[in-house]
Amino acid sequence: MRHIISILIENEAGALSRVAGLFSARGYNIESLSVAPTEDPSLSRMTLVTRGSEEIVEQITKQLNKLVDVVKLQDLTEGAHIEREMMLIKVRVDANGSREEVKRLSDIFRGNVIDVGPTSYVVELTGDGGKLDAFIEALGDIPILETVRCGSMGISRGEKSLRL
Amino acid sequence: MELSGAEILVQFLKDEGVEYVFGYPGGSVLHIYDELYKQDEIKHILVRHEQAAAHAADGYARTSGKPGVVLVTSGPGVTNAVTGIATAYMDSIPLVVITGQVPTAVIGSDAFQEVDTVGITRPCSKHNFLVKDVRDLAVTLKKAFHLATTGRPGPVVVDVPKDVTDPNVKIPYSYPETISIRSYNPKVKGNARQIRRAVQLMLSAKRPIVYSGGGVILSGASESLTELARMLEIPVTSTLMGLGGYPATDRQFLGMLGMHGTYEANMAMHECDVLIAIGARFDDRVTGKIEQFCPEARIIHIDIDPASISKTVKVDVPIVGDVDTVLTDMLQLLRSSESRLDPEELKRWWELIDRWRATNCLAYDRESELIKPQMVIEKLWELTAGEAFVTTDVGQHQMWAAQFYKFDKPNRFVTSGGLGTMGFGLPAAMGVKFANPDADVACVTGEGSIQMCIQELSTCFQYMLPLKIVNLNNRYLGMVRQWQEFFYGSRYSHSYMEALPDFVKLAESYGHVGMRIEKPGDIEGALREALALKDRLVFLDFITDQTENVYPMIAAGKAHHEMQMSPKSVLI
Repeated sequence: MRHIISILIENEAGALSRVAGLFSARGYNIESLSVAPTEDPSLSRMTLVTRGSEEIVEQITKQLNKLVDVVKLQDLTEGAHIEREMMLIKVRVDANGSREEVKRLSDIFRGNVIDVGPTSYVVELTGDGGKLDAFIEALGDIPILETVRCGSMGISRGEKSLRL
Repeated sequence: MELSGAEILVQFLKDEGVEYVFGYPGGSVLHIYDELYKQDEIKHILVRHEQAAAHAADGYARTSGKPGVVLVTSGPGVTNAVTGIATAYMDSIPLVVITGQVPTAVIGSDAFQEVDTVGITRPCSKHNFLVKDVRDLAVTLKKAFHLATTGRPGPVVVDVPKDVTDPNVKIPYSYPETISIRSYNPKVKGNARQIRRAVQLMLSAKRPIVYSGGGVILSGASESLTELARMLEIPVTSTLMGLGGYPATDRQFLGMLGMHGTYEANMAMHECDVLIAIGARFDDRVTGKIEQFCPEARIIHIDIDPASISKTVKVDVPIVGDVDTVLTDMLQLLRSSESRLDPEELKRWWELIDRWRATNCLAYDRESELIKPQMVIEKLWELTAGEAFVTTDVGQHQMWAAQFYKFDKPNRFVTSGGLGTMGFGLPAAMGVKFANPDADVACVTGEGSIQMCIQELSTCFQYMLPLKIVNLNNRYLGMVRQWQEFFYGSRYSHSYMEALPDFVKLAESYGHVGMRIEKPGDIEGALREALALKDRLVFLDFITDQTENVYPMIAAGKAHHEMQMSPKSVLI
């Protein structure tokens, strides 16, 4: 089963490699990983998506907790939560109506066209992974020049928060 | 007080109460060695290879109750020490390993003797640090000692670039009495509700068994464990790492369990209805085939490391906490309660166990004209009255030491259980001797293992360490040979030891006493003579029966009740 784990970790050199190293050493898989400092610059927040049986995921959370740099973590999958990914996608556009088509699609998916070139558009889009996949599908024959996606980020709904 | 980094490091070690540092100098630690030279409070022990520094500190830690301290240089100094660090990590031994590093300005430039120490040691240490600023040095060292010795202990590496110890850069120093690490708060006290549940489950048992591990030793819980087991008359088995946690000569002790465990211990595990796992981690050498592990048991597991619980075997009553603290709480509950296990059921259980015991599974041919290795260990045990500290290397001799030296006290058996490091025994024995200068310290080894750190005979001479090296020399890598005999059609691929040195002359050339013993009748005399030489290291080269195997044996992937027995044991 897919699990999305949120981690507060010391914002220190090497902290990320401790997490990545743990996963490779123990043979756990990382589907995606995103990390950035929080409002407290001494802490980073990491969102990690993994797959595994209940036993494996239990081991993963225990092993993560055992890392000295990990301050706190939460398996978001255990409660109501919101998940977002962001995508920047560059497509080739021409005068044969594809400019309008990309703009229209971008509006439907509540994206933004953030760069307009003579032959290309860059669309910025956020949503869960399925929505971003659907956008790519909807582009149909419009040629994709580049796709950049970040890993999933997650946050729980309501008052419940992962904080110190 | 304004001190340089090197002065801070040495002063900190003094303030921390460190007595011995095991190390080897080199370019990036020269500032530190210069400070060591100027003082005589901390004794530096010069080994002959950095691996031995870590093993010696490990042996010291296991038998002194204090963390072992290692000091090595950058690059090869570190990579040589890695085996020792990994050994300590697998066995949860507290070490603080201080490693030199190239100056911060050249880190990452492939400088001379540069390796990514933090990267290399990350997966084999409890935690590690790179100190980039001399102002962080004292606090980082304090954190390292704190992390190494609390919770589930382990080695912590502190990488110190050369410029951080620059004698010309002085800053104020005061010993950091306390530190806090917000992300690190190991749980010591067990959950009261879980402890009550565990006690109830124990009391309801018909066929209980205690499976005790290295955590009992590390936590200093031998007395509590012994009291608990005796109060409830529960049989006790132990892992390799747990030996001595419960007195081996006690009637309630069933011997070691697992791959080379006794018949009674393994059968009792297979048939038990309540398993009380204490400071043990369900290692594959213990569980055998996991699907058939203790098929009828409900399991209580006490461990300080939550990640050890339900890792390979799902448990019914998990208790996270320090073993001794939890056992003390359990004892308190039991003392205030009248209820005990059903005596009729318990009697039946002990009758069954005694029947298994009657197989005499550790029997061997005592009439042989060749030296049986088991007999050497038995004699060693007799002649030292079970009071010696015994270190081992890895292989058959290690198993025989575990089976035939009956440890009644904790912290006496010093062996590389988790990593299985050949070369551990001799340097570990050096550390043990520094921690226990008045005790008999024996290193039980084989002619394969001893050659992996044989250079330490030189260190032993320098510091006049009167160790007794018991070399069970069968001219084979015995355990490899045994597996090849059983599972590879007796094709002894590279498990032989040709061109062995003359160990007697070798010992003598290092300034020690060497003895070769070839007849069973000479075992006792030789051991007596060696033990009587109180101030000399004696290398006893026992020429043993080449074909002897370790029994019982559970082949990899088999269950506890599927043991291969010694031809000498009694079939039932």
